[in-house]
This record gives sequence, structure tokens and C-alpha cells, in this order.
Amino acid sequence: MMPAGAQSVRAGPAPFLYPVRRHGVRALGSLRRVAARLAAEPVGAAAAAAVLAYVAGAVLAPVLAPDNPSATDLGARLAAPSAAHWFGTDLLGRDIFSRTLYGARVSLLVGALTVGLSALIGTALGMAGAYYRGAVDLVGARAVELLQAFPYLIFAVAMMAFLGPGFWNLIWALALKGWIEFYRLARGETLTQSHREYVEAARAMGYPSSWILVSEILPNILNTVTVVALLRLGYFMVLEASLSFLGVGIPPSIPAWGSMINDGRNVLFVAWWVSTIPGLALLVLVLAVNLLGDRVREILDPHASRR
Amino acid sequence: MRSLRIAHRVILAVPVALGVAVLAFFSLHLLPGDPVQIMLGDTDASAATIRAVQHELHLDRPLHVQLALFFAQLARGDLGTSIVQRRPVAALIGDALPATIELTAAALVIAIVIAVPMGLAGALRPRSWFDRAVLSTSLLGASMPAFWFGLLLILFVAVDARLLPTSGQIDPTIAVPRVTGFVLIDGVLARNAAAVGSALRHLVLPALTLGVVVAAVLARTVRASMIEVLQRRYVTTARAKGLPETAVVVKHALRNALIPALTVIGLQIGELLGGNMIVETVFAWPGLGRLVVNSIFARDYLVVQAAVMLYAVTYVAANLAVDVAYTMLDPQVEAT
Repeated sequence: MMPAGAQSVRAGPAPFLYPVRRHGVRALGSLRRVAARLAAEPVGAAAAAAVLAYVAGAVLAPVLAPDNPSATDLGARLAAPSAAHWFGTDLLGRDIFSRTLYGARVSLLVGALTVGLSALIGTALGMAGAYYRGAVDLVGARAVELLQAFPYLIFAVAMMAFLGPGFWNLIWALALKGWIEFYRLARGETLTQSHREYVEAARAMGYPSSWILVSEILPNILNTVTVVALLRLGYFMVLEASLSFLGVGIPPSIPAWGSMINDGRNVLFVAWWVSTIPGLALLVLVLAVNLLGDRVREILDPHASRR
Repeated sequence: MRSLRIAHRVILAVPVALGVAVLAFFSLHLLPGDPVQIMLGDTDASAATIRAVQHELHLDRPLHVQLALFFAQLARGDLGTSIVQRRPVAALIGDALPATIELTAAALVIAIVIAVPMGLAGALRPRSWFDRAVLSTSLLGASMPAFWFGLLLILFVAVDARLLPTSGQIDPTIAVPRVTGFVLIDGVLARNAAAVGSALRHLVLPALTLGVVVAAVLARTVRASMIEVLQRRYVTTARAKGLPETAVVVKHALRNALIPALTVIGLQIGELLGGNMIVETVFAWPGLGRLVVNSIFARDYLVVQAAVMLYAVTYVAANLAVDVAYTMLDPQVEAT
């Protein structure tokens, strides 16, 4: 949340150019502040470094991976970790190190796209509902009530059962319920903000409501939305892996950690590495993301985490 | 005031339950193609068979008639007949339900038994090494994918030490007459100590897997609300009166700190219900979650539809129960 002074009314000309520049500077400023504070504390720095390492591994997978992740080699089935295969091989002789690198792409991409889509839909609907009230608000509230009746994993599994496996199907199945948290957050925040003086002032000066929402209110709730998005990211990655583990998530042709863990289930006692290693990769990533979210919340919103 | 609040909550749950049923009804229409043909699958069903099944599911009627018939069936407790297994869906679900209830209840107990003492101990000495350990463990637990944790348990506990069974609900050589469907209760009713022992041993690993994730979140909540409550004036008053510290902590602080924890339990029941599918798949537990997963692969969509509906209604009812309990326990509700 911004300090009160930053929200003072800015009278004067050129309201359409000035605020855009100001928001760019403000966003960059808080990003720098977060980065600097993170670098100063060991846990935050380690978490951020781990997440960056995963992102780098995922992006550079084609360069870093020693093997084609889908290339089978039946002569080298279930080979134990060695110099040739750092993480061993699976039932079809595929190199698990390469598959783990490529699997990071799925986890990060599905997690980020789901969070992004959920945040976008939820924030837009929540802000519109709180500001315009009426029909928008009513429809949103009913939809939230209905979606809340389903436990998340059950909802996602059912959606995938009827839609069929697929990358985008999975993201939609997750985001279709994921937006409600952002909706409630944005709605509540917008309700509080819309009674603040700077909004009243903007209204009195005759700005259109869409401009007030996007240029005045949105920058003031963006920090909170970002924190919640970060805190949800790990959860979405676990959900994706759970669905892929059950066989209703990512199609088997794409290497994903969830389905890799499932591949190793029947050979657990013969070849422990097949299930264990992708699971460890997932655990460390989710842990790092959750730690990072925790830290960023403390930096951006010291009030909420004083407990 | 209180009963009015509770009645209000109950009434609000009714349209949600109806909405869940409507969504479940339309789920069949999400399938890419004709649901009957998809459910009959690879079998070369004749056009006559397909038409017969379509008629059985009322799919040959207009949509609004289908919906009305669907609700009429629901009102009679009729969930249809599985196309794949040729058995009433209600019977399939009824067979699987007790195992899931046993597992979920055990997981909830494990979660509470782990989380409350951990959160309490952490709150009593905030920022001590133990408190830090509680916080780190709970963060680790909350980040842990349940299915992977279950596999690790199987790998380390069950096989290397040959301590506990890793699949099923009871030793297959032990026969227990089915009375209630709950293996543990049936074992007790049959006065069969071996059966009860076997059922308990089978229960440990799946319930632990399911309970740990919930325990992680719950421990954090208990700790946070305990820290807050310990700073309240009535705790200071109780201490000033010279009450022993145990009485202050347990009677005055803990009881009040557990009220917010109740809400978290309500939300976590969703995790428990969803986690069923994962844990039952990993441990071959013959419950509702495994039935859903198997039905998806058997394209037995009527079972999936009914089970999802049941999960949702259970979740709504559980949250309602938590809400009611909250209203009864929280002394501040009376005033508002």
C-alpha cells in the first residue's frame, strides 16, 4: 500500500499523459525496493535465486539438457543415476535430468498463466462489481458462491474429465475457479478505496469512471494483488502436478513432473529415482515460490504480517 | 439472534446446492461429442443400443425437459444407472463412501493432533528455535505435494522397515461381515481383533499423507491466533488473579484461539475431500476418490457427475456446520 501522501490530488493540466508516466515510475520504484530488500536478507535472497535458477533452467532447457527428453533408449531402461545420466533413466530409458529440466517449463508456464489469467479476470470483475454495483456485482457474487461449493481439486479434475487432457484446457480448468480469490480481494479493496478522498476528488473533477478505476484505484491495489498472485502460484503448480499425476492434466507426450512421478509409481522399489527426483524438483520450486511470496508480502505490506 | 443467524446460513445454502446440481447436469454436455457414444466407447454399439441409452438418459428430449427429469430423479434419490458397469450409480457410491469417510475422519484427527500442540508450543515462545522450527515445518508441509509425500512414506516406512501395509483397506485374507460398510466399525461389531488391527494399520499411512498438508496450514493458524489471544486483557487479568499458567493457557487462551482455527478447518475440508482422490489412488484405498478417478478412465461419466455433486454438497454442508459451530462458540456473535 502506498503512503497517504502519494495519493494527494494532483490538479493541473494534461491528466492523460502525466499519470501514465507516474505509474510507470511508481511500479519500477516498488520493484526496485522489493529487489533491494530481498537481496538484503538471506532467506529472501535464496528463495529469489532458486526461483530465478528454475526459470533459467526452463528457458535454457534445449541448451542445458544432455538428451532429447522424449528419446527412448530401451537398452538403458531404469539406469541408476550416474555420470551418463545424472538423475538416471525411466522405464522407457528416457533421461530424467533432461525431462526434469523440460518439466520445469510446464510447471512454471501453467502456474504463471493460471495466476495471470485468474488475477486479470478476478481483478477486473471485482473492481467493476465494487464500483458499478448493480447487475455486474450480483452476477459476480452468485458465481463466486457457486464455485466455492466445489473443493478446488475436485472442480479441476471434473472439468478435465469432461474437457479432456490438454495444455490450455488445464489452464482454463484451473483459472475458471482461480479468479474468485482475486475477485473478492479486488472487490473489497476497491470498496475501501472508492471512499477515499483522491477518488472523490477525481470524481468531482469529472473524470470518467473507467479512468478512475484504471488510473487511480488500480495502482493502489496492485501491490496487494501481486502479493496474493505470488502466494497462489505455488498452489497452482501443485494442482497442475496433481492433475498430471492422476493422468487428467498435461498430455503424456509433454514431459511434466506430475506424470513423471506417476511413471515411477510402479517401479518405486526397483528404481526410486524415477518418482523421487521430479517430486523433489517440484517441492523445492514450490517452497521457494512460497517463501518468496511470504517475503514480498512482508516488504510490500508490513502491516499484514506482524503476527 | 443466534438461531436467526443460523437459519439465515441454512437458507443461503439451498440455492447453492441447487446451482451445483444444475452445473452437474450440464457437465455431460461439455463432452466433445455425443455423451452416449463416448460412454459406450470402443464397443461397436449398434444404432439401436445408442438410441436406447439416449432414451434411458432422456437425451432424446428437449433440454428443459431433461433438466426437469434430472431434478425429479434427484428428488427420489435416483442417480441413474452406470452405462459402463450396469449398476445403479447410488449403489456404486454407497459402497465406496464409508471407506472415504473413515479415511477423511482419521486424517482430520491426525491433523488436529499434530497441529494444535505444535501451534500452541510455538506461540508460547515466539521467535524461539522451536517456534522457528514449527514455522519452517509448516511451510514445508504446505508446499509438499501430497501424492509425492505418500510415495516417500511408502518408500521409507512401508517397505524398508516392513512396518505398515501400503495398499488397500484391510488384509485381503481377513473376512469381515459387512454391516455398516465401515471396516473399522464392522470389525468391532464382529469382535474380530485381528480385523480391527489390520484395518488400523492400513489406515495409518494414507491418513497421515492426507492429514499432514492440513496440519501444516492449521498449525500456522493456531500459532497466530494464540499469539494474538495471549496479548488480550483477559489473559493478563487471569494471570494477575494468580491462576496457574496452565489454566491461563488452556482455559482462557486456547479455547478462544481455537475459534478462528475452526474457520481454517472448514476451508481445509475442501483440501481433504480433494486430496481423497490423490491419496486413494496412491494407496489403492477403495473409496469415493478412487471411484471417481477410475470412472474418468472408464468414461463412466454418470458416476463422475454424481460423485462431484456429492463432494460439493458435502463441502457446503461441512462449511455450514463449521459456521454454525462458530456462531455457537464465539461469544461476540451474541452482541451483534
